[in-house]
Amino acid sequence: MPYLPHSEEDVRRALETIGVESVDALFDELPASLRNPDIDLPPAMDETRLLAHLRSLAAHDRPEGPNFLGGGMRRHFIPSVTPHLALQSEFVTAYTPYQPEVAQGILQATFEYQTMMSELTGLAVSNASMYDGATATAEAALLAARQTRRERVLVSRGVHPETRAVLGTYLEALDIRIDTLDLETLATPVPMVDHDVACVIVQQPNFLGSLEAMPALTEAAHAAGALMVAVVDPLSLALLKPPGAYGADIAVGDGQTLGNPTAYGGPSFGFMVVASALLRQLPGRLVGETVDVDGRRAFVLTLQAREQHIRRSKAKSNICSNHQLTALMATVNLAALGPQGLREAAAGSVRQAHRLADRLRDEGADVAGEARFFNEFTLRTRRSGSDVRSALAERGVHAGVPVGSEYGLGNAVVLAATELVSDDDIEALVAALATVGELAGSGVGHG
Amino acid sequence: MQIPDNLRYTSSHEWVSAPVDGMVTVGITDYAQDQLGDVVYVELPAVGAAVASGDPVAVVESVKTASDIYAPVSGSVEAVNEALHDAPEAINDSPYEGGWLFKVRLSDEAEPGSLLDAGGYQQAVEKEG
Repeated sequence: MPYLPHSEEDVRRALETIGVESVDALFDELPASLRNPDIDLPPAMDETRLLAHLRSLAAHDRPEGPNFLGGGMRRHFIPSVTPHLALQSEFVTAYTPYQPEVAQGILQATFEYQTMMSELTGLAVSNASMYDGATATAEAALLAARQTRRERVLVSRGVHPETRAVLGTYLEALDIRIDTLDLETLATPVPMVDHDVACVIVQQPNFLGSLEAMPALTEAAHAAGALMVAVVDPLSLALLKPPGAYGADIAVGDGQTLGNPTAYGGPSFGFMVVASALLRQLPGRLVGETVDVDGRRAFVLTLQAREQHIRRSKAKSNICSNHQLTALMATVNLAALGPQGLREAAAGSVRQAHRLADRLRDEGADVAGEARFFNEFTLRTRRSGSDVRSALAERGVHAGVPVGSEYGLGNAVVLAATELVSDDDIEALVAALATVGELAGSGVGHG
Repeated sequence: MQIPDNLRYTSSHEWVSAPVDGMVTVGITDYAQDQLGDVVYVELPAVGAAVASGDPVAVVESVKTASDIYAPVSGSVEAVNEALHDAPEAINDSPYEGGWLFKVRLSDEAEPGSLLDAGGYQQAVEKEG
């Protein structure tokens, strides 16, 4: 779809209408030093030189080699049809083309997205996607606080530390108190939930890779009238029980594992799916199916009265946009893989992760705990997690997300394996860990 | 347009019943429901909440818009019309009976007396029209 910029005449007339001298005058509120800061940029290059420069920068990247990085983003198979369809020029736009008169294609794709996310999570209503898993989790906490009219949330320490940091930023300004549930044997113990708690937030599988007892945790939340927020890896739902099946009220998470590359950390998208009782509290865009004047199937944004452009400051959320393109990648990917393909990717991940854990145990490595895991687990290390990661990277193996001291595990890293990890990759990691002195005989501490 | 004589009114189109044992019932007027069109959802205050007159305490959403409902009097919310969650259309069908929104225990029993009577509300609506 074409986009027309404002002409000078358009701008002049707009300024005249609102009685402002210049566009700059609109930004008077900002300190001058922030408006046009001096940025020390090198002189412009011509196209040939610029391409050569970018290629030389790109040559520093080392994306190849065995990859066991996880901790929130993981490499999975993306069939070529996914970028081919999702990157059609009609879809690639920074704007959100939601006008039903011109955007039936994108609206239908979004409707399909919502339907697939609803099926995956076992919950009734998905929004059109959010920015990322962390902001979706924070929005879930806000939703729970609105719905229950309570001002306290319980969050498991097994929720990704970065997600908890974003949650803290959101809730601090609203005077909603956050209490953190410590892990026992790498998983969240079923807590006593007080009757002033709006929601219990648990990640499945958790940051350390362990599987949580979601049904029991959900029951504890509900017994106190609190909502249950499940932070999930959507790919894992091909095998694990979906949040709707154990009665969770809200499923959120990051959608990267569905058809999006890890791309050095993003962009990805967040998702949010809720039980039907929470429909009116759901933030973000929603696409619905209807019929046009001639009775033909059509798609439109629906339930917009919750939203900012109607309700202003009383909207359910300031979120009135989403990550359309990356969510579309997920939609095409899910359609291409189908339920069977998704199960195979998930099962391949589980198989390779367990093979890796077994091999490491065989070699005397300290795979933490006996907790059940999905496609990630925690390995206690001799040196600090970041040292181990750097040492492995020097040997061409990408592995080891450091585990912070808050977990009380001493030195440790999270290792992930997906269906893209081969048996040879596993042997390469085992060999590299031995070379850097992290395997048996090298005096691994059992802290 | 019905404007029953036995009720009190605000210029923001809420009605208030005559107090019984210090308690009043609150809803929106026939004129208000007609202006809003088909009501599809109602957000009600929490039972037990303290409200001050003029506070936005509820939301009535129609196919056209979502409107704040203001507390016409000060006090505490004693009851809400739970039936509206499943049948919000009662506000259109029966704004003064089945479509009531909430009940308030008055902090000042004299307060409803300061609101518009039916004649005053009739004039307010005509001015708006």
